[in-house]
Amino acid sequence: MTPPGSTRPGSTRLGTLGTAALVPLALVVLAVSIAVGTTIGPSDLGPKDAFAVFLERIGGPDSGLSGVREGIIWDLRLPRAVLAAICGAGLALCGVVLQSLLRNPLADPFVLGVSSGASTGAVLVVVTGLGAGAIGLATGAFIGSMLAFGLVLLLGFVTGGTTDRMILAGVAATQLFSALTSFIVYTAADAEQTRGVLFWLLGSLSSASWSDVVVCGSVVLLGVAVCWAAAGTLDAFTFGQDAAASLGVSVAKVRFLLLVMTALMTAVIVSTSGAIGFVGLVLPHAARAIVGVRHRLLVPTATVLGAIFLVWVEIGSRVVIAPQELPVGVATALVGVPAFVLILLRQRRRSHA
Amino acid sequence: MSIEPRDATWSTRGTVIVDGVTIDVAPGSTVGLLGPNGSGKSSLLRLLAGLRPTSSGVVRLGGDPIAGLSRRQVARRLAMVEQESATDADPTVRDVIGLGRLPHRAPWSPETANDRAMVASAAATMRTAHLLDRSYMTLSGGERQRVQIARALAQEPTELLLDEPTNHLDVRHQLELLELVRATPTTTVMALHDLNHAATYCDRLVVLDGGRVHAAGRPAEVLTPALLAEVYGVEAVVETSEHGLHVRYVRALPTGASVEERMSR
Repeated sequence: MTPPGSTRPGSTRLGTLGTAALVPLALVVLAVSIAVGTTIGPSDLGPKDAFAVFLERIGGPDSGLSGVREGIIWDLRLPRAVLAAICGAGLALCGVVLQSLLRNPLADPFVLGVSSGASTGAVLVVVTGLGAGAIGLATGAFIGSMLAFGLVLLLGFVTGGTTDRMILAGVAATQLFSALTSFIVYTAADAEQTRGVLFWLLGSLSSASWSDVVVCGSVVLLGVAVCWAAAGTLDAFTFGQDAAASLGVSVAKVRFLLLVMTALMTAVIVSTSGAIGFVGLVLPHAARAIVGVRHRLLVPTATVLGAIFLVWVEIGSRVVIAPQELPVGVATALVGVPAFVLILLRQRRRSHA
Repeated sequence: MSIEPRDATWSTRGTVIVDGVTIDVAPGSTVGLLGPNGSGKSSLLRLLAGLRPTSSGVVRLGGDPIAGLSRRQVARRLAMVEQESATDADPTVRDVIGLGRLPHRAPWSPETANDRAMVASAAATMRTAHLLDRSYMTLSGGERQRVQIARALAQEPTELLLDEPTNHLDVRHQLELLELVRATPTTTVMALHDLNHAATYCDRLVVLDGGRVHAAGRPAEVLTPALLAEVYGVEAVVETSEHGLHVRYVRALPTGASVEERMSR
C-alpha cells in the first residue's frame, strides 16, 4: 500500500497546487542560476556588476564598467550560461521523448547515432579541409549528424521499423561513424588539430556566442512546443506501439515526426556544444520521479530541470579546478554515472518486487 | 451493425495466418474465439482492431471499412486489451485508466472533469477504484488485467476486443473477470483458451483452425466431441447439467492419423 502522503490527485508525485506552481518556480530558479553563472569567473565581477550590465543592455542607465569588463559579462559569461540552459533543456527533452517513443529507459539523445555523425562531420571539415573553408566546424558537425540520423531511419525502416530495430540501427550507425572518425584521425597528418576537435566534441560551452544562443534557442523552443503539443500522444506509447495505435495514434506518422524533431534538436546542440552526455539519460528519470509519467507535466518539468542542471554543472566545471576549466561533458558524466547506477539499482529492485 | 469481418485474410512473409474469416457478431453479444495455439486468434483480433491491414477481404466497423477510418475514429468506438501489457515506465493505475480518455481529446489539452468521471466509473465497473493511486507495477496479474479492461472501458467503446484476458490468472480471478466482462453492455469478442469458460460466458463461439473458421454457433452446437478431436486432438466428453455445458477431457489423441483411426487406437 502506498502511504497517504505519496498518493495524489491528478496522478503526480505532488499535490495539485504543488504541480501547478512547479514549472513557474523552476523558471525563477533557472533565471537565478543563469544570473549566478554570469558572476563566476577569473575576473572579479560580482552580482551587482552583472545586474548593472544587464540593466544597461535592456535600456537602463550606464553600468559604469569598462567596455572590456562589460564584454566579459555580456559577450562571454551570459551567452555561455544561457546556452548551457538551452542545451540542458533540449537534451533532457530529447531524452524524455526518446525514452517514451522507443520504450527504452536507457535511451538518450545520442541513441540515434547523431553525436558520432557530428564528430565525423566536424573532423572531416577541420582535418581534411572539406568545404574549403566555406563551411565551419559546426556546420560540418550538423551535416554529419543529419546524415547519420538519415542512415538510422533508413536502416531501421528496411529492417522492419520496430522500436528495437531503431535502437539497433542507432548502435550500428554509431559504430560506423566512430570508425570513420577514427579512420580520418588515423590517416590525417595534423594530430594537434584533431585533438582540438575531439576535445570540443567531448562537450564544451566555452566558445558560446549569441548566435549559438539564437540558433539553438529557436530549435529547442520549437522542439518544446511540438513535444508538449504531443504530450497525450507520448502517453499513449506507455504500453507500446500497438497499444498506442489502438488509442487512436497514427504511430508511423507521429513517430517519424518526433524522431526528426529530436534528431534536429540534438544535431543543433551537438554542433554548437559537442556531445554533452548523461543529461538526456538521467534528467528524464529525475523528472519522472518528481511529477510522474504524464507528459503534459513531464515535458516542461524535464525541460526546465535539464536547463537548471546544466547551468550548475557548467558553473561547477569552471570552479572545481579553477583557474582551469573542466570540459562540461566530463563534468556531466562525473555527476551522471552515479545517477545512472542509481536508476539501474532502482529498476532491479522493482523487478524483484 | 457491429464489427464485421468479411472474408478477412492476413498473410505475412508468404504465410497465410488468417484465412478468409467471416463472422457475424450481434450487437451487445459476447463472442468467444477458440482454437489451438497458432490458429490465428490473436492475429484475427488485430485485424478486427484495424491494427493490421487485411491482405484481402474487409473488416467493417459500424458499416464502414475500418481501413478507411482514422485511428482516432476507431479508438473512440473500439477498445482492445492485449494479452500482455508491459511497460518500462512507472504509471499509477489512474494514469493507465486515463489513457483510455486520450481518443476523446486533443493531445495537448488537459483532462476534463468528464474525463475524470469516466475514469472513476470505469474503475468502479472493473472493481479497481481502490487501486487508483497505486503503482501499476505493484499490482498482481489479475489486478493488472482488470485495470487494462477498465482503461478499455474508459474509451467508451461499443466494441471490446480481449485477447485471452484470463491468462495467468487463478481460477477465482478468471471467473471474476469473465463475470465483470459479461456484465458490460459492449459487444465483446474475446479469445479464450478454456472451453468451459467459453461455454459459460459466451453467447456464440467461433472455432479457428489454421486461420480458418472451423465452426461457429451457440456453445452447445459448437463444442462437440467430434470437433474437439478434430481441432484440438483430444478425446473429450461433453455433458450438460443444470449449470450448463461441461467439457471433460479424457486423453490426448495420438498424432498423425485420421480422427477415426486415432479414436479407435
